[in-house]
Amino acid sequence: MSDNNPVTVVESRPGALDTRVSARKARPSYVSTTNACKLCTPIGAALAFRGIEGCVPFLHGSQGCATYMRRYIISHFREPMDIASSSLGEKHAIYGGGPNLKKGILNVMGKYGAKIVGVATTCLTETIGDDVPMILKEFRREFSDLALPHIVFASTPSYSGTHMEGWHAAVRATVEQLVTDKVSENGTVNIMPGFVSPADIRYLKEIATDFGIRPTILPDISETLDGQALEDYETIPSGGTSLEAIREMSGASASIEFGRTLSCLETAGNVLKKRFDMPLYQIGMPIGLRETDRFFQALEAITGRETPQLHQMERGRLVDAYIDGHKYVSGLKAVVYGEADLVIGLTSFLVEIGIRPVLVATGSKDKVFKQAIEEVCKGIALGASLPAIREGVDFFDIAEEAEGLKPDILVGHAKGYKMAREWNIPLVRAGFPNHDRFGGQRILHLGYRGAQSLLDRIINAIIEKKQADSPIGYWYI
Amino acid sequence: MKTAVIFEERKDQIYRKGEQPFELACNRESLAGAVSQRACVFCGSRVVLYPIADALHLVHGPIGCAVYTWDIRGALSSGPELHRLSFSTDLQEEDVIFGGEKKLEAALNELIERYQPRAAFVYSTCIVGIIGDDLAGVCKKVEAEKGIPVIPVQSEGFKGNKRAGYEAACKAMFRLVGTGDTTGISPVSLNILGDFNLAGEIWIIRDYLKRMGVEVVANITGDGRIADIQRCHGAALNLVQCSGATLDLAKMMKEKYGIPYIRVSYFGIEDMAESLYQVARFFESRDPEIMKRTEAVVREELEELHPKLVEFRKDLEGKKAAIYVGGAFKAFSLIKAFRHLGMKVVMVGSQTGTKEDYRELEEITDPGTIIVDDSNPLELSAFIKEKDVDIFVGGVKERPIAYKLGVGFCDHNHERKIALEGFVGMYNFAKEVHSTVISPVWQFAPRRQKQKEAGNE
Ligand code: SF4
Ligand code: SF4
Repeated sequence: MSDNNPVTVVESRPGALDTRVSARKARPSYVSTTNACKLCTPIGAALAFRGIEGCVPFLHGSQGCATYMRRYIISHFREPMDIASSSLGEKHAIYGGGPNLKKGILNVMGKYGAKIVGVATTCLTETIGDDVPMILKEFRREFSDLALPHIVFASTPSYSGTHMEGWHAAVRATVEQLVTDKVSENGTVNIMPGFVSPADIRYLKEIATDFGIRPTILPDISETLDGQALEDYETIPSGGTSLEAIREMSGASASIEFGRTLSCLETAGNVLKKRFDMPLYQIGMPIGLRETDRFFQALEAITGRETPQLHQMERGRLVDAYIDGHKYVSGLKAVVYGEADLVIGLTSFLVEIGIRPVLVATGSKDKVFKQAIEEVCKGIALGASLPAIREGVDFFDIAEEAEGLKPDILVGHAKGYKMAREWNIPLVRAGFPNHDRFGGQRILHLGYRGAQSLLDRIINAIIEKKQADSPIGYWYI
Repeated sequence: MKTAVIFEERKDQIYRKGEQPFELACNRESLAGAVSQRACVFCGSRVVLYPIADALHLVHGPIGCAVYTWDIRGALSSGPELHRLSFSTDLQEEDVIFGGEKKLEAALNELIERYQPRAAFVYSTCIVGIIGDDLAGVCKKVEAEKGIPVIPVQSEGFKGNKRAGYEAACKAMFRLVGTGDTTGISPVSLNILGDFNLAGEIWIIRDYLKRMGVEVVANITGDGRIADIQRCHGAALNLVQCSGATLDLAKMMKEKYGIPYIRVSYFGIEDMAESLYQVARFFESRDPEIMKRTEAVVREELEELHPKLVEFRKDLEGKKAAIYVGGAFKAFSLIKAFRHLGMKVVMVGSQTGTKEDYRELEEITDPGTIIVDDSNPLELSAFIKEKDVDIFVGGVKERPIAYKLGVGFCDHNHERKIALEGFVGMYNFAKEVHSTVISPVWQFAPRRQKQKEAGNE
């Protein structure tokens, strides 16, 4: 549902941004949701748990939720995604799901050989009020003679939050529940990248290695959700952040968290900071030049090293490409949507290359979303106007609002396809889900290289459309 | 070599033909922690009703249930496309605490005004069952105010499995049946039940029926229209495809309106032809020429299809297939279809088969075939390896299991975009099977490579 009062007053100061676009018109606020631009909380938790080595995501609820999410995730990553469920039936819904939760964990231990079970609740179990921590305590006591896996628990009712809250809740729960003891300084750096692609994570590892850092990336879905062809069906896909590495996170020299909306959340980085007095760098998702610069500055500050030549060159080539490509995109109007932090990053990138985001939208509600968008647009947005900024919206809202803005391009996940088709404009796919294209797991968003690849894709989408629309079909464009 | 049964508690849901007298447990709740491939009651009713294209489908619950079912099938419509949108009340914490009825009512009013649908289906999800919203009450109120049928679908996810969802869907549709005018319907007429018009399949079937001289009153539910369903009790016959989905509706219509039904399948050559002949036999007394026309349809189609199949068969002879599908009924036809391609089915299972389904499967399969109910990735991957299959037929969730094991795959579930029904469907099926089985990529798959090395030694 959209905010009923889109009028914003920005403090008048020299160079203050014009907010006329956001104040343009008041739209009705709808009760119903039409084509949601968000997912439910537990799917985020399940995805995050998938990035921990030896971990089986486990949903405490009825079977349907787990099956639906598996299907949704498999369509994007094209990888197996086993999510266990306590498969509650009617009697459990009435008398409590404890027995099934215990039985389910035992089965997952036995057959999957799970080292960690990542338990997340669903709407059902939150509503019937199952006290999961207590059930788990009982479980540990009852089966204390067995070699039990670690059980990480996150509370993820979907009626409060979206998949991103679920993701962050799972990451925080992992740190809270597993990183309990201080280990001695080990020269590692913790990176909590948020929900980025497997390709992004592989690239982050490269960057860290080039800085001479041993990174602990939590979670690490780079292998588990983009695996190799192997000889056998792995019960639990290899890869993921290892339990040892997670334990050792208390010995890191610093933590880095991506996401400008995290500032008002209790995150894993905050937990480490409080518990172990660990420096925390909370920066925006490094998408585009400036946000990536901030990331590299953080790495420089942490390591005391200069950005390696290789990456300086990549940055240089990116700037060169910005210039080479600017005329193709300059002044084009974009609508950007998706997860808040991704949208903020994408917006930051788009304004850098001279595209005018006219509407940026997210399905979630984050206190600082608007502020963050304003920050990344400050002093660089073309036409000195801010985009309309919308939170808690669905695709019906987005379409209604964007219609009059006549965008030239859409940037976001694949579910915007319907709009793109209706308006005959290109959709440049970024983020999750990507159900209608091949290779969603390999889309690169982060860093100089990610910006390069996004830039290439955007410009080529524009050129392709020009060619398709042209009666002549130019060879040289 | 035989793989160990994977979950002790599921032992009696797996059967190997010929080992002992046939016995298979089914229709149970899924085992906790077993990663069942099954969805829920809501899923069952949603997939059945979803293709009714001029109805509003509102999911009352938190957002996930609606999001994951947004345009999930390739169900096509020849007209309105309201079914392709995803509507939800997106329940929030305060709704859960204070009840969601007000929100539901407001959402219904809002959406009915916006889209002017011919009817609305309101699906309840797990959480609605728990907070106890009076779905029926709200629907009744809105129905009176808006003057269109507003039908509650009692589909709380945890109250059984997908089959229970089918039943809920049938009950919901039955409320529409008998409310329309039946004048002008031909005595040689029928309803098509249980076809979802994936990739336009119902149009293929309607074409055959038209050539036979049969009038189709209502498509239930693919390319469905509310007005057609309201008058479908004027048809002389119900044609029910698939084991579970709409059988209950046919039974209710038989009881109340005396309309007989026959169960049919449009997959594969024999089943497709036999289905048409069954219709012809039914109407022969009213239309003596119908059998001749039907034979002509079948002949024409087969003349075109046959030579093409022979070509595919050359490459496929002797290959082995495994099948895991939602409803077991589909599996019967698939087994026969594979035989036409010279292939052998060595494993077959379903999410929601009944005792009768499995007994029939046992009868038509070869000795040694594995029959399984409500399986999971661990078992399925073990069976594929044990039987060393060349192709696995399933849905999106089964695809990565096949691919990780270096095995071809055919999507026979509701997400496919290729028509597999009818004679042309048999051609598409053969083509798809062929294209995956003969692909050169398998030779690079590590498991295949290892097998090859072992064979060469
Ligand atoms: S909440 Fe219930 S109805 Fe919704 S998907 Fe899960 S099991 Fe199905
Ligand atoms: S019930 Fe909740 S957890 Fe389950 S699918 Fe629906 S929104 Fe998601």
